[in-house]
This record gives sequence, C-alpha cells and structure tokens, in this order.
Amino acid sequence: MIPRYQKILLALLLIASLGMGIKLWQLRDHAHKSLLAGESTAPTKAPEIAPAEQATLVAANDLDNSLVPQMHSLPLPADPGARARAVLGKLLDLYAAPDSTHPVPGGATSVDQVFLMPVPGARPSNSSAQLAVVNLTGSFAASHPSGLETESLTVLSICATIRANLPNVTEVRFLVDGQQRPTLAGHADLTRTYLTADATPTEGNRP
Amino acid sequence: MKLLFGLAFSLSCTAQQTPTPVPAPQPPPPPTPRFVVVLDAAHGGDDSGAHLDSGQLEKSANLALNIRLRSLLTARGIQVITTRESDISIDLDRRAEVANHANAAVCLSLHASENGSGVHLFASSLAPAQPTRFLAWKTAQSPWITRSLALAGAVNSALTHAGFNVTLGRIPLPGVESMTCPALALEISPQRDSDNTITAEPDNPDYQARVAASIAAAVLEWRSDPTRTEARQP
Repeated sequence: MIPRYQKILLALLLIASLGMGIKLWQLRDHAHKSLLAGESTAPTKAPEIAPAEQATLVAANDLDNSLVPQMHSLPLPADPGARARAVLGKLLDLYAAPDSTHPVPGGATSVDQVFLMPVPGARPSNSSAQLAVVNLTGSFAASHPSGLETESLTVLSICATIRANLPNVTEVRFLVDGQQRPTLAGHADLTRTYLTADATPTEGNRP
Repeated sequence: MKLLFGLAFSLSCTAQQTPTPVPAPQPPPPPTPRFVVVLDAAHGGDDSGAHLDSGQLEKSANLALNIRLRSLLTARGIQVITTRESDISIDLDRRAEVANHANAAVCLSLHASENGSGVHLFASSLAPAQPTRFLAWKTAQSPWITRSLALAGAVNSALTHAGFNVTLGRIPLPGVESMTCPALALEISPQRDSDNTITAEPDNPDYQARVAASIAAAVLEWRSDPTRTEARQP
C-alpha cells in the first residue's frame, strides 16, 4: 500500500518533468530559428561607393632618392582607418606599375589593415594625436627589393602619405602579418616608431 | 790618503753644483692624434643581404669593397679596423662596439644594392645633440651628427668629382646610430648611363675599385681637415 503523500509527490514530479520538457522544446525551437536567421547570406543592403576625393600620395623615386607629393582622385571611405588603407593601397599600386620610379611588387593588397589609436602617453595639449599601425602582408615584405635606399623610401613614403591625408597621425608603426619584424627586407628598421613629421618631404631636405 | 780623496770628491761636487747656463728644455711636441678608420662590411654569415642581379650576394660584395678600401687606406698610412674579414655573422651592437673602442675618426658601413643608381650616402636621421657624460646606446651618434654630415659632404665631393652619380639622404640607421664617430652608411648601386641602362653592377671589380679610390681620397682630405679633430671629442 503506497502512502498518500508519496502518490502526491510522484504526481508533482511528473508534472514538473512535463513542464521542463515543454520549456526545453520551446528553447530549442527558438535557438534553431535564431540560427537560421543569422546564416542568411542574402544581401539586404546595397554597398555604398565612397565618393572620389583628392588624395595626396607621397611617391618615392629611386633614381634621386626623393619623395614627391602627387595628387590623385580616388574613392575614400569615411572611416579614417579604411581611408588610410585606401590611400596606401593606391600608393603601392603606383609602385607595382610597370613604369614605377620605385618598383615594388605587391600592389594595394599588400596593406592588410591600418589601425588608428591615440598616441600612448601623448600630452593633453596634443590629445588628438594618433598612432597608425600599418599591417603589411608577409608576401609584400618577402618580395620587397633589398637595400638601404629602396626600403627606407618605402617606409618613409608610407609615413608621409599617411600624414598628408590624416594630419592627426603623428606616429607610425609597422607589423608584418600581425607580427613585429626586425626589418622590411634586411635594412629598414621596422621595430621603431616613425614620426610622420620626419618623413614629410621639405625643400632641400631629402629623407 | 782617504782624507785627500774626500777633499777631492767634495771639491768636485762643489764644482758640479755651480750654476752653469743650460738651455731650457723644449716641451715635447704634442702627440699626433691617432687617425683610425673603421670599415663595416654589412651583413655576413646567415644574413646575406640583397641578391644582386649578377648572382652574387650583398654580403660578398660588401666584403670585397671592404678589402679594396682597407688596402688603399693602409697603403696611405692610415690605420684601418674592420668589423669582419670573412663571411661571419656579427650583430649590429657588436659592430658599434668595435667602432667605439677604436675611437675612430671615420666609420663607414658598406652596403650594395640593385636598386637606384650610383652611390647612396646616408647619415643618421637622429637630431644633433650636445655631448653628455653618458650617452644612450641607441642614440649615441647624436653628438656626432654634425660631423657625420660634414664627412658626407667630403665623400660626396670626392665621388662627384670622380664622375659618380651620388644621392645623399638621412634615414634611421640601426647600428650606425650607436657609433660614437663621424659615421656614414654607403650603398653602391649599379652604374647607369643616361638611358638608365646598367653599365656596371655593384660587384663589378673595376667599378668597386674606382669607388674605393674616391672614398680613400675623401678620407685623406678628411684627415687633413683642421676641424676634423673636433669630431673626436665633441
């Protein structure tokens, strides 16, 4: 003979089990619907084409070791990091062209990313100063010609081009495939922080 | 007898103590400061540097120029210290240590490249600074920058006079920036004609010999420069 209180307890447990089972089914169904919604790859918004703007590219010339500003019209995104990547991509496209004055293979895809961040330890009077971290691809570094002049011109022209288009950027650091690398191709030091003011071409003062 | 000897000895001593006109001793001439040139053939060992179009590696071309220049300077009575005489690997700090221990009057870091044209002369882009008792290792070149630029002018003049296309520049130079001497990095690039066609590769023996002769002439001129000695103790 089963006591009455045990029958009540068993009934309560059965009711609780059924309730939990129903709740579990509802949660699973909800998660499945969320997953299906997230996997949707159909374009829902047309891509916006940035309007073409004038950009200054500071191009290098191996024959006279000079940096010369050139004006180019190209689509520039509003985001500063993407903007920096766009102008550097155009600069490296110039270098990859057959008639380049500073031949370097690779082109626009050689700039993987450009990160902008506040300069660490900047004075309050210069709080808008930014540090640009340029992440180059390993294939660009591997195929870059080796030499004091050619490597230095690449590094300095990147710094000068960033400064010409993003005046708030005062310092530039370089990464290759997201890692620090001693030199670009055996000569130009990539471990240091470059000051963009030092790279800017001035009359009678070559880099 | 002993008394006579004693008397004679005391008389002779008295005679020796008598003041006689003696010409004042001439001060010794000031020692001629040592003039040491440090030649640093860049790269070496595992670090081969650039690959030249001739098939040679930059480290070998640098060493060849290093040996040519050392011979020319030694033949002119200049003491030369080299950072390497064979295909060995030396880090940048060790190269600067060699230069600094030598208390050199000229330090030249020798490079070769397939890019550009003629000879590239580079001084460090460090800002000139006043000498201090203790110098930071990474920027020890700062007090010598002015003299390094003057040395670049002398080498540029000699190379241009010899008909070479010379480009001058100031760039970050790890290693050289730890040297406490007038210091330059010198990079030989192909010799090109007006059509930009290569007429001599950087490892061409005749081309290297002509460049080395011009550099040696510049070093001799630098040695005779009366303001040069200021560079040794800025």
